[in-house]
Amino acid sequence: MSHSKEKDNLLTIRGLRIEGKSGDHWNEIVHGVDLDLKRGEVLGLIGESGAGKSTIGLAAMGFTRDGCRISGGAIDFDGIDLVHATQKVRRGLRGHRIAYVAQSAAASFNPAHRLIDQYCESPIVHGVMSREQAETDAIDLYRRLHLPNPEEIGFRYPHQVSGGQLQRAMTAMAMASKPDLIIFDEPTTALDVTTQIEVLSAIRDVVRDFHTAAIYITHDLAVVAQMADRVKVLLKGEEVEEADTRSMLDDPKEDYTKSLWAVRSFHAEAKADISTQSTPVVSVSHVSAAYGKVPVLHDVSFDIHKGRTVAVVGESGSGKSTTARVITGLLAASDGEVRFNGHVMPTSYKQRSKDQLRQAQMIYQMADTALNPKQTIGEIIGRPVQFYLGLRGKARLERVRALLDEIELEPDLYINRLPSELSGGQKQRIGIARALAAEPEFIICDEVTSALDQLVAEGILKLLNKVQKDFGLAYMFITHDLATVRAIADEVVVMQHGKVVEAGPKDAMFTPPHHAYTDLLLSSIPEMDPDWLDKLLKQRGEA
Amino acid sequence: MKLLKTAPVSAWFGMIVILFYVVLMLFAPILAPFGETEIVAYEFEPWSETYLLGTDNLGRDMLSRLIYAARNTMGVALITTFLAFTVGGFMGLLAATLGGWVDQIFSRSIDVLMAIPSLIFALLLLTIFGTSLGNLIVVIALLDATRVYRLTRAVAMTIVVMDYVEAARLRGEGLLWQIRKEILPNIMAPLVAEFGLRFCFVFLMISALSFLGLGIQPPTADWGSMVRDNASLITFGDITPLLPAGAIALLTVAVNFVVDWMLHQSSGLKE
Amino acid sequence: MSQFARAEKAEASVRKGGRDMHPLAKMVLQRLGLGLVTLFVVSIIIFSAVELLPGDIAQQILGQAATPETVAAFRAELGLDRPPVERYFDWLAGAMIGDFGQSLANQREISSLIGGRFANTLFLAGYAAMIAIPLSVILGLLAALYRNSFFDRFINMVTLSSISFPEFFVAYILIVFLAVRGQVFPAISSLNEDMSLLDMLYRAFLPALTLTLVVTAHMMRMTRAAIINLLASPYIEMARLKGMSQARVIVKHALPNALAPIINVIALNLAYLVTGVVLVEVVFVYPGLGQLLVDSVANRDITVVQASCLIFAGVYILLNLLADILSIATNPRLMHRK
Repeated sequence: MSHSKEKDNLLTIRGLRIEGKSGDHWNEIVHGVDLDLKRGEVLGLIGESGAGKSTIGLAAMGFTRDGCRISGGAIDFDGIDLVHATQKVRRGLRGHRIAYVAQSAAASFNPAHRLIDQYCESPIVHGVMSREQAETDAIDLYRRLHLPNPEEIGFRYPHQVSGGQLQRAMTAMAMASKPDLIIFDEPTTALDVTTQIEVLSAIRDVVRDFHTAAIYITHDLAVVAQMADRVKVLLKGEEVEEADTRSMLDDPKEDYTKSLWAVRSFHAEAKADISTQSTPVVSVSHVSAAYGKVPVLHDVSFDIHKGRTVAVVGESGSGKSTTARVITGLLAASDGEVRFNGHVMPTSYKQRSKDQLRQAQMIYQMADTALNPKQTIGEIIGRPVQFYLGLRGKARLERVRALLDEIELEPDLYINRLPSELSGGQKQRIGIARALAAEPEFIICDEVTSALDQLVAEGILKLLNKVQKDFGLAYMFITHDLATVRAIADEVVVMQHGKVVEAGPKDAMFTPPHHAYTDLLLSSIPEMDPDWLDKLLKQRGEA
Repeated sequence: MKLLKTAPVSAWFGMIVILFYVVLMLFAPILAPFGETEIVAYEFEPWSETYLLGTDNLGRDMLSRLIYAARNTMGVALITTFLAFTVGGFMGLLAATLGGWVDQIFSRSIDVLMAIPSLIFALLLLTIFGTSLGNLIVVIALLDATRVYRLTRAVAMTIVVMDYVEAARLRGEGLLWQIRKEILPNIMAPLVAEFGLRFCFVFLMISALSFLGLGIQPPTADWGSMVRDNASLITFGDITPLLPAGAIALLTVAVNFVVDWMLHQSSGLKE
Repeated sequence: MSQFARAEKAEASVRKGGRDMHPLAKMVLQRLGLGLVTLFVVSIIIFSAVELLPGDIAQQILGQAATPETVAAFRAELGLDRPPVERYFDWLAGAMIGDFGQSLANQREISSLIGGRFANTLFLAGYAAMIAIPLSVILGLLAALYRNSFFDRFINMVTLSSISFPEFFVAYILIVFLAVRGQVFPAISSLNEDMSLLDMLYRAFLPALTLTLVVTAHMMRMTRAAIINLLASPYIEMARLKGMSQARVIVKHALPNALAPIINVIALNLAYLVTGVVLVEVVFVYPGLGQLLVDSVANRDITVVQASCLIFAGVYILLNLLADILSIATNPRLMHRK
């Protein structure tokens, strides 16, 4: 980056260092990052968890969270030195010339005030405009952001508005004082894909219309491709590389970036067709279920065959996890039945035999809560070995070691460790080993990769694929990520509002014609093409 | 052990004081110059070389009774707290693990029992059953068990919803195994801290009842009743009756300091 | 359970909620109903406690020397020959209009024994509350705002210590310094009906101060915890990132949400005050309900114990109920219907 351009810059950061307090000493978490942003430009900050994206984003407002401090470097915003400016000067900029959009709008709106009051607060306090002017502006912005009932929605309280709408209302609030710069901190991460589209396009239009500069923080490459003019890749508080979006996508220079880009390239090899005679390992037929009196599943049916993976996809609230609970017997079906190898299962796990329980195992989304923090890896994996197979002492130990080998963790190193001494990916591997220890025929994988960074997630998918081949396992793969579906599924079941909308082999599912909802879901998944959002919106506009 | 080095002054102070009390408790007969109920002189002798802290309203040595009272008051409080934890803790764990109607029945009954202020309830029960030592321990332990139940249930609930407990259930593990291996090890830290707090509470309650003449009965030496027996001295400006009260205060302060530090530690480590 | 299953479940439970009545009114009514039920059950417990009394109550009161005829006559006088359920409802009906029957010890009407004393107890508790509430809320706020400062640590140590003090220790220390050595306030707080309010305030000062010291520590610590919890919310960070001043963040953004937890803390501590009063009354020979209760327990005057316990429990339940309802009513998420 040539420094001669600096005078055109709105924001210039040089050698930024930030320290975080852990216990009694300070650790550096951002190690000398440079950043340049011109007026009206959108810079994408991308990286995995712990890359320091949010910390840098907040520092651009001259703000650090409790327990963090800027330890070196310079931040210049339009000629103002944010590192050394007084609290008062910094406060005068925030919400006025620099605004912030948080990840969770539901938590970041004050529950005690109406949306429009929170909108008007910044412009009035900073003396930008009158209350009347601010309210008129708010309604205009709500309309531009495609919020329903723009005249009326501002007079609601945050808990009376849906998540996607709140995120747009928060964007409107950030625009209130017509700032020069907005920091977007993962604004769509908490949203479903179909909602994400609306928010992304709304944000992009407003930012373009008002010629506002923005820093867009995300971990999702496809999202950043739609939003940013330039992309900066971060790793553990350091810059990896920076380039304009198109060249970054087409031709990444650094190995780390290339590996990020390559994650989505993993594909399990296609399998032979199911022989029509074989009995499915798991068969869900006409299952309905309810929480209390509220029905959540209606007439759900699908089969899973030996050695194959069925991906169950849908947005939150679609009933995919509930289906898993019915299969495992945690929730009793009110109607229909679940069969393992042709045998009808008792509806509650409490009535199932040890051998029936052994047949179906589960791998959880959050490896943190799936492993008992007070048990060693040896105990965690050893318990099912002993419980189901009756192995004790040396035999049990050998089996545990073999399982650790299977999940590619060195037994001597890990067998006596506690879960807290493992990384996220390693914990997920232990979860896989615990499931394998029961020697099951069928495993439910509940969003097993969604809490992991992309590289780690790919490793887990590869491992699951290898294990499936080794033991001929049947998988039910619950996910909301279609990239994962593409990578690993043989059959796909699409769910919405507790019903199966469409089901069939993967290839058929990804080739039109689709059911309308499948189409909406599939087309909403951001792609790595910078023109994807434009094309999609145009398509939908025509339809 | 590393933790000990980082302990603040207040926690150190607390630990040393507790140690001191434990020594008093264990070696009371050796440390006390006179017997617990031995009448050695006239009533209300002033402080002297023989009777370091003077004598009480019956002419017994004040210092000796203070030392013996450590054994009696703390012993009763400890037994009571253990009993309360055994009953309340076990019920709380059952309610959290089983859920459903067991939880409903336990929780609703405990709600009603907790709706009566505990000192008042204790007074009512002691009126009816009489103020023997056994009754005192059982009544206070049961009243305190309600509080232990609430806490145990609440912390166990946060563990029961964890996926690893669900995994154990789906594996087919029995109830006791779930409690012993999956839940209990994960709630030990808050339970130990709560033990300290409940001990203080029980200890203060027993002292209060003794002070009212309804707790530990004479001639057993006990800090609460020692304050009551010698209170008339206070009107003469003599602070001797404040010593047993101070002994109570010092111990509860010490325990609270240690518990405060422990709670701080366990919450700090989570962040 | 995965997060998604939880979301599904939460959504289901939201949908389950009634749509006909304002949720707030519904919740308040539910709590009120629950409070009444609790009070009813508690009255049964207090009444039936006497039934559990080992041996015959009439025999116990009259002593072993009494002839069977006198015992039978006394039993009839107490109404003990009637079935317990009938006696319970008689007792409850009487209690509702303030008639608790007669004292076993001196045959006086319990209502006349209790009346003035209950008022005195409320006066003392109210007196302490007037000092303790503003003091502890302000100190709690300050400690939360300047947390980890020297002030905060100092306050933390002091409150932690005073929580640990038995009430009678605090009371006697005050007596030694302010009544015996200082001779500023009276050590014995005898009240009578002819006293002026000022005189009453003066005489009840030491017991009120004792209660204040004990309760303030609790209330302050709870207020501090509630505020710190609140200041960690994302919407407070958002207010800071909108460039709001510290004062505005506190007043506009934190306080409206802090109301519920603070009110809750206050009501809970008032409930505690009402019972903590027992010990303090004994120390200062204050003519309140607590003293009467303790004396009656010593005399095993069961009917008076029952009546006093019912009143204490009633006030306690009422205040807890009030805490519950107020914290629902001040919760912004519940105030505005979805």
